[in-house]
Amino acid sequence: MIKKAALLGIAPLLMFAAPVQAAEGPSDPEIAHIAYTAGAIDVSAGEQALKKSHDKAVRAFAEEMVRDHKAVNEKALALVKKLKVTPADNAVSASLSRDATATSKRLAALDGPAFDRAYLQNEVAYHKAVNGALESTLIPSADNGELKALLETGLALFREHQAHAEHVLAEFK
Amino acid sequence: MRATRLLTIAPIAALLLWLPPSAAVAAPRTHVVVIDKMKFGPTPNDVKVGDTIVWDNRDMFRHTATGAKGAFNVDLKAWTKGETVMRRAGRIPFTCKYHPGMRGTLEVKAR
Repeated sequence: MIKKAALLGIAPLLMFAAPVQAAEGPSDPEIAHIAYTAGAIDVSAGEQALKKSHDKAVRAFAEEMVRDHKAVNEKALALVKKLKVTPADNAVSASLSRDATATSKRLAALDGPAFDRAYLQNEVAYHKAVNGALESTLIPSADNGELKALLETGLALFREHQAHAEHVLAEFK
Repeated sequence: MRATRLLTIAPIAALLLWLPPSAAVAAPRTHVVVIDKMKFGPTPNDVKVGDTIVWDNRDMFRHTATGAKGAFNVDLKAWTKGETVMRRAGRIPFTCKYHPGMRGTLEVKAR
């Protein structure tokens, strides 16, 4: 049940999982929108965890997610402003947001260790999916050098987050 | 008055003349390690006990420079610097406690 819901949450990113030619991939305004949306979703998930969780390690992880993802998104906003790019809403962003709302509702119904475990499982799956999309599609498709560099830094960061989530989850069991 | 001052300074100045040149070279130094794009930059290879390491966090993220076995721990908010004095000789692996995949090693030599 949990696994299925978690997989549903990352389905939109899987649309991008297969490597494609840069020309066929999303445009820079779309990439900016997807990256920002993906970051904002994880900030909200972290804020939800900070409201609900009483576990020290889970809270420390959630604080890190909120802090790091906010930092990337601030930088992303500054960059699109500088480049005079208007982030373009698209099917992937819309689908990500829809699924995030569903995940948040599902997690809201859980409490205590059940919430903590479900949150961490979702974080592992979510970062894995985002990283896959960054690596296979978003980074190769980005035309602007600065956007590409920001996505690459994002990938290095999110890999750390994935490892951190896996570590906390392993300790949790 | 002036003569008295001269008298007190003169012996010190004389002593300074006698200091071997190596004493000046061996004075504690400051080295910089840059943190950027989720990585610790190259570490200096001539660090001695008593030297200061300035950690220059140029990332948009909060990091730490945390030495193994409690050697040092500096909290580094985004775009800030922090420093630590190397207290003992040896090989000190360090990491960022928020992003443990970020790693480096300092070789600290005895003075």
